[in-house]
Order: sequence, then C-alpha cells, then structure tokens
Amino acid sequence: MSTAISISGLVKTFGTTVALDGLDLEVRTGEVHGFLGPNGSGKSTTIRILLGLLRADRGQVTLLGGDPWREAAALHRRLAYVPGEVALWPNLTGGEVIDLLARLRGGIDHRRRDDLLERFDLDPTKRTRSYSKGNRQKVALVAALASDVELLLLDEPTSGLDPIMEAAFQGCIGEERSRGRTVLLSSHILAEAEALSDRVSIIRAGRVVQSGTLSELRHLTRTTVVVSTERPPDLIGRVPGVAHVVHEDGRVSFDVDTDHLDDAMDYLAPLKITSLVSHPPTLEELFLRQFGEQVPTEEAVG
Amino acid sequence: MNAMSAFTGVGPLVRFVLRRDRVYLPVWVLSLVVLTYVSAAAVRRTYDTPVEIASYAVNMGTSPASIAMGGPPVALREIGGILIYETSLTVLLGVALMAVFTVVRHTRKEEDAGRVELLGSTVVSPHAVITAAVLVAASASVLVGAGVTWSFLVEQQPVRESVLFGAAVAAMGIVFTGVGACAAQVMSHGRGAVGLSLAFLGVAFGLRAIGDVGENAWSWLSPMGWSQQVRVYDDNRWWPLALSLVLTAALLVGTVLFEGRRDLGAGIVPSRPGPPSAGRTLAGVVGLAWRLQRGAVVGWVVGIWSMGLLLGSFSESIQNMIEDNPTLAEYLQRAGVTNIVDSFFATSLLLLGIGASGFAVASALRTRSEESAGRVEPLLATGVSRARWLFGTLLVTLGGTTLVVASGGLGVGMSYAVTTGRSSEMWRMTGYALVYLPAVLLLAALVVLLVGWLPRASGAVWVAVALCFVVGWLGSLLELPQWAADLSPFTHVPAVPAVPADDLALGPVLTMLALAVAALAAGWVGFRRRDIG
Repeated sequence: MSTAISISGLVKTFGTTVALDGLDLEVRTGEVHGFLGPNGSGKSTTIRILLGLLRADRGQVTLLGGDPWREAAALHRRLAYVPGEVALWPNLTGGEVIDLLARLRGGIDHRRRDDLLERFDLDPTKRTRSYSKGNRQKVALVAALASDVELLLLDEPTSGLDPIMEAAFQGCIGEERSRGRTVLLSSHILAEAEALSDRVSIIRAGRVVQSGTLSELRHLTRTTVVVSTERPPDLIGRVPGVAHVVHEDGRVSFDVDTDHLDDAMDYLAPLKITSLVSHPPTLEELFLRQFGEQVPTEEAVG
Repeated sequence: MNAMSAFTGVGPLVRFVLRRDRVYLPVWVLSLVVLTYVSAAAVRRTYDTPVEIASYAVNMGTSPASIAMGGPPVALREIGGILIYETSLTVLLGVALMAVFTVVRHTRKEEDAGRVELLGSTVVSPHAVITAAVLVAASASVLVGAGVTWSFLVEQQPVRESVLFGAAVAAMGIVFTGVGACAAQVMSHGRGAVGLSLAFLGVAFGLRAIGDVGENAWSWLSPMGWSQQVRVYDDNRWWPLALSLVLTAALLVGTVLFEGRRDLGAGIVPSRPGPPSAGRTLAGVVGLAWRLQRGAVVGWVVGIWSMGLLLGSFSESIQNMIEDNPTLAEYLQRAGVTNIVDSFFATSLLLLGIGASGFAVASALRTRSEESAGRVEPLLATGVSRARWLFGTLLVTLGGTTLVVASGGLGVGMSYAVTTGRSSEMWRMTGYALVYLPAVLLLAALVVLLVGWLPRASGAVWVAVALCFVVGWLGSLLELPQWAADLSPFTHVPAVPAVPADDLALGPVLTMLALAVAALAAGWVGFRRRDIG
C-alpha cells in the first residue's frame, strides 16, 4: 500500500459555518507530510474526521486502507495522535498518562519512553495539573512517539514548545521518517513544515490550494529583503528571480527566489550596502501574494 | 496595600459574574422562595383549626425523626412555629448549596479552567476575583432571605418574626459563602472544594440533629443550629446570628490569608509528586474511570452511611415515644400506620435513596464533563471504541451507585442492630435500601440519554433530582396532584419495610430497571453517531 491517507471532496459544516469545503488530500506511506494553513482554516477538523471523532457530511476518506468512521478503534491501534490543545487528567502524573495512553494503543517501548522523557526534559512524577501547555504537549508527544505505530497525526505539536524542545522534536521526527513511519504534521509555521516535510499541502478556508514537494513549491519559499545602499539600486528589478520591488524612503524591499539570492547580492554589493534585513515569507504573506489578496504596498510596484 | 487598591476591579468583576449567572442565580433564588411560599401556603391550608394545630404539636413535636429533620420544636402550638418547622430544612440546605456552588463556580472552577489567570493579568487587585464571588453569593443569600420574609408576610405573619426567619436563612447562606470561599483556597481543584464544603454542611446538619433530638448543646456547634436557635415565635432572639457573622468573618480572613500564601492553580494542601509510571490497574477505560472517581465514591459511601447511622439511631427513641404515649399510638393506628418504626425506616431509606442519586447523576455526568474538557478525544484516538469508553465509564457509575445506595441501608441497619442486638438487621436494611437502586439508576440513565442526544442540556437532570426531593419530602404537604408525584421514580418504589417484604410489588421496580436500560440504549444510539467535542 502506498497511500496512508486519501481524502477527496470532504465537506464538513457546523451549523451555518462551513469548516471543510471540498478538501482533497493525499499522504503517501513513509513520508512526512506538512499540512499548512492559518488558524481556523480546517486543519484540526480534517484530523478529527480522520480519527472518526467527527462525522463527514460528504466526501471519501480512507485511512490506512480503512474507513475512519466505521473502523475507528481498529485503525487507531496503528496510529498515534497529538492534539493541538492537550487536555489531561489533573490528578494523574505525566508518567501515568503516558503509560495509560500507550497501553490503550496496545503497548509501549519502555527504553524509548525513558529516552524520550530525557530528551524532552519532562518530569513524569508531577501531576498534570501543574504542567504548562508545553509540558502537557510533551506528555502527548512522548506517549505518541513511544508507541509502535505506522502513522503519526500531529496537530500543531510544537505550538507550546520552546526553541530547544522544538529542535528535540525535529530530531525525533527525523528518526520516525528513517524508521519508515508516515507523519501528518499540521502547522501554521511555514519554516517548521519546510524543515521537516517531504511534501506539503496548503489549506485555506477548508480547501487544499497547493500540494507538492518542497522543490515544486520553491516559488513559495521566496525570501523578503529590505536593503539600503549608498547608490540607488535602480536595476534590482532586472535581476532574475526578483519580484515585488518597492522603493521607499531611500530603501528598497523585494522578494527573491532562494535559488537567485546570490545573484541579488552580487548586484547589490558594489552599491555599498548600509543595512540589510531579510526574512522568509510568513504564511500570511504567502497567502496574501499567492491567492489573490493584495499586499498593501503592492500598488507601489514599478 | 491600601484600601483603594484592595478593591480595584471588583465592580466590573461583579457585573461580569452577574452577567454569566443571569439565568443560574435567578433560578436558584426563585426556586427557593417559591418553594418556601408554596409550602407555607400549604401548611396554613392544612392546619387551619386549633385542634389540628394542637395535635401537630403533640405528634410531630415529639417525634425524634421530625426533630432530626425539621429542627428544634419551637412554638408548635401556633401556626407560625409549624410554618418554620416544615420549611426550614429545605430552605436552609438550599441556600447553603446555592452559596457554595456559586462561590466555587466563580473562583476555583474558573481557576481550573485557566480563566482567572487571564483576569488576573488585567487591572484587578489580588483578591478581586474571590471578593466579587463572595459579594454575589452573599447578596443572593440575602435575596433568598428577603423572599422568605416576603412569603411569610403574604401568609399574614407578624413582621418581626418574618424578618427574623428571613435573616436566619440569609445568615446560613452567608456562612456557607465563607465556607465555599475558604474551601476554594484549601483544595487544589473545584470538585474538591465543593466536596469539602458539602462535608462541612453534612457535619453541620448532623451536629444539630443530634443536639436537637437529645436537647443538648451539640446544636450550638453547628452554623445550621445557630440559624434555628433564633427560636422564632418564641424567644425571637437575634444574637445567635452574630455567631454566624463571626464565623463568616473568620472564614473570610482565612480565605485571604490562604490566597496570599498559595500559587495560582495550587491549593494550600500541596500536590505531592506521584508515581512516575502507571500502576497495573490504570490500564483501561474502567481503570481510568475508577481512578478518577474513587475519591467521590469513598466520600459518598462514608457520607450516606453516616446519615444512615444517624437516622437509624433515632429508632429507639421512636419506640420509647410510642410506649410512653398511648394516645399517639392510637392516633397513628387510626391513620393506618401499623408499625411506626418501620414507616420511619421507609422514609429514611427514601431520603437516603434520593441522596444517593446525587452521586449517580454526578458520576454519569462525568461522561459529559470529560468530553467538554477535551479529555475524551485522546482516549478515542487510541484503540478504545466509543462503546468501550461510554460503557466502561458507566460501569464505575453503576458499581459506585450500588455501593452508595447499599451503604445508606447498612448505616441504618447497623444502628438498628446495635439497638435491638440483632445483627441480621444490618443485611435486612441493606437489602431494603437496594430496592431503591433501580429508581436511582433511572436518573443516571436519563443523563446518558441527554449526553447522547442533547449533551449541552445534560445538566438538567439535576432539576429532576431536586424535583424528586420535593416530591419525596414535601409531596404530601404540598398536596401535589398524583400525576405530578408520579413523575418521580421514587413515588413508585414500594415503601419497604413499612410495606411487608413478602407483599413487595416488584413490578414497578422491574419497570424502572427496564426504563433505565431503554434510556441507556437510546443514549448510546445518539452517542455513537454524533460528533465528539
């Protein structure tokens, strides 16, 4: 079997709110698939339908070759899930919750559990009542990663983690991939999906609007540069891969394809750079540019 | 901190609490006032001749069971005394429950939900949240008291007496406002705070019951006793209420001190480190549900068992009273009561059964509260099916309810066994108590029905529990029409042991069991096909 998740034409409404509006998604076995979208775009709803927690109004959903609504419990033994907002039993300790969830999933690898507790720096003797959001998320992550499963469904798993723990998390996901596990990783941070994913699907207002490998989506990963030079960079717009040039108060800002970043720098360097700021586009910027909405400064483009 | 900053933000918070409780609080206040008014009117209708009033004083005023429930028999030779004797239990317990639930709901439960943190980050003083909750709960208690006064005035009672009784009711609510506020600091979560406050209420009730029946000083150890020691229509004294105010002040000082010494989200009783890995019993749905509810089961078993012990201990004085008072024995015989001790036991078991349904409904509602807290989702994302989760969790409700119901009978039986020297009474009374089990389970099954189809409304079963209490405790006084009384499942339970066991009509009991199973099944049909969350 080469497809872990296959969704077509999925529709889900809550009252008058349309959460999913004909969503298509395909996740291949063994890949890390980034599921990108802004808050409220329908990522969690999709994952909760995949778990059989919500009932689809229309559309076909296949998970690990089965129907996630009818065969929920059987399929769940083969997957692990980390919710975006982790709620735990306040009286239980972190260690107890990890063991409980793993047992209900069909077993735990004790060596891996201890290893993960150390890597995520989590004290398993504390009651979950006293845990921060990040620590609750770690409990769910350790329980998921210590289980022997084929598929990991992770819903914004790093939203409460600090940068060091995020690095630990990225290391773990790399290991999972090398073991041949499939991962669906939802996020609203482009850089996170970029760092981990083989392929990416971008969801907006309940539909997948882009899907492909990162190199296929290369044009989405442009870098935004704001630069001041002593001599005016009038010809920057002619450098290959440069777009959205805006001249403003003696500074110029533009986007450049990552492949052509050095061409842009070669052009700018002789003009004496006095300041330079660059950052990868945020998901919000990406949506504004790719899907019709206007960036406020775009009217000034020459 | 100066006086100005101590109350910064209280005003907006009070408005916020009132806005959130715009249905909840009026329902509490109005139900208590209406219940008092309706009972008072019914008492006036029932006892409208001097002869009836005189016989009430002789019969009810000397019955230990009535005294244990109704309070000290004061001025029962006039209608006012009877009014208070008949209404005080309901309204005093009711106002205390209202105060506790309101305070804890706006302090500890908000803190559990992480919302106090959000409020605390805005411009409010450190004690503003608890101050606002206390102000609202205490004001609601005063409103209930004013409503009680109004009911009495409408029934043409003198102003002084009406106001004093209203004040006694308000004082009870104010004391338990303080109890709830203090418990919210001591315990580290809302459920624990409610539990501690209810335990305090149980002890307060028990102490004054012992004191009133024995005519000794035990009543003076109880805040509920103080509200009754004002002796309306007799001494008409105000000063016992000063004790209530002193205790409230002490509790509030304690609240402020405790709040200053603990961290947000923690209690004064600290959480200790726990086991780093799960024990063998924490392996499945049932193990988890038991772990989450075992504290409640033990608490309820001990509470209901103690109430049973207390009620059972009155049987001896009832027997003595009959032997000392041939007129009463004759009166009862004419009224069709063949064995007064047995009918006392029947009433006791009925009240204990209704009490036990408090556990059953709370336990069944755990299915809903776990779901809305988002804790069912991670379970159902494992190999646990919806059926296994729902029925596994309810298995603990079933087992726990059985234990709680049985413990009431066991308590009554143990007291009676000590009195009579017959140890078999323990098992006989336990068996009788279990006759009420299907009625209790039916209420729990109603919860499941709503959880399946109308999850947001599932808390409405508490109204049904309250109605069962009104029908069971006040039904005959209120002269409820039969169809209304029939709505309570407890109406259909044969009144064992007053009804001989061999005549035991099992039909209604089995019907209730069947209805419970049907409600459970219907609830499951809804639950298996709806969205979770």
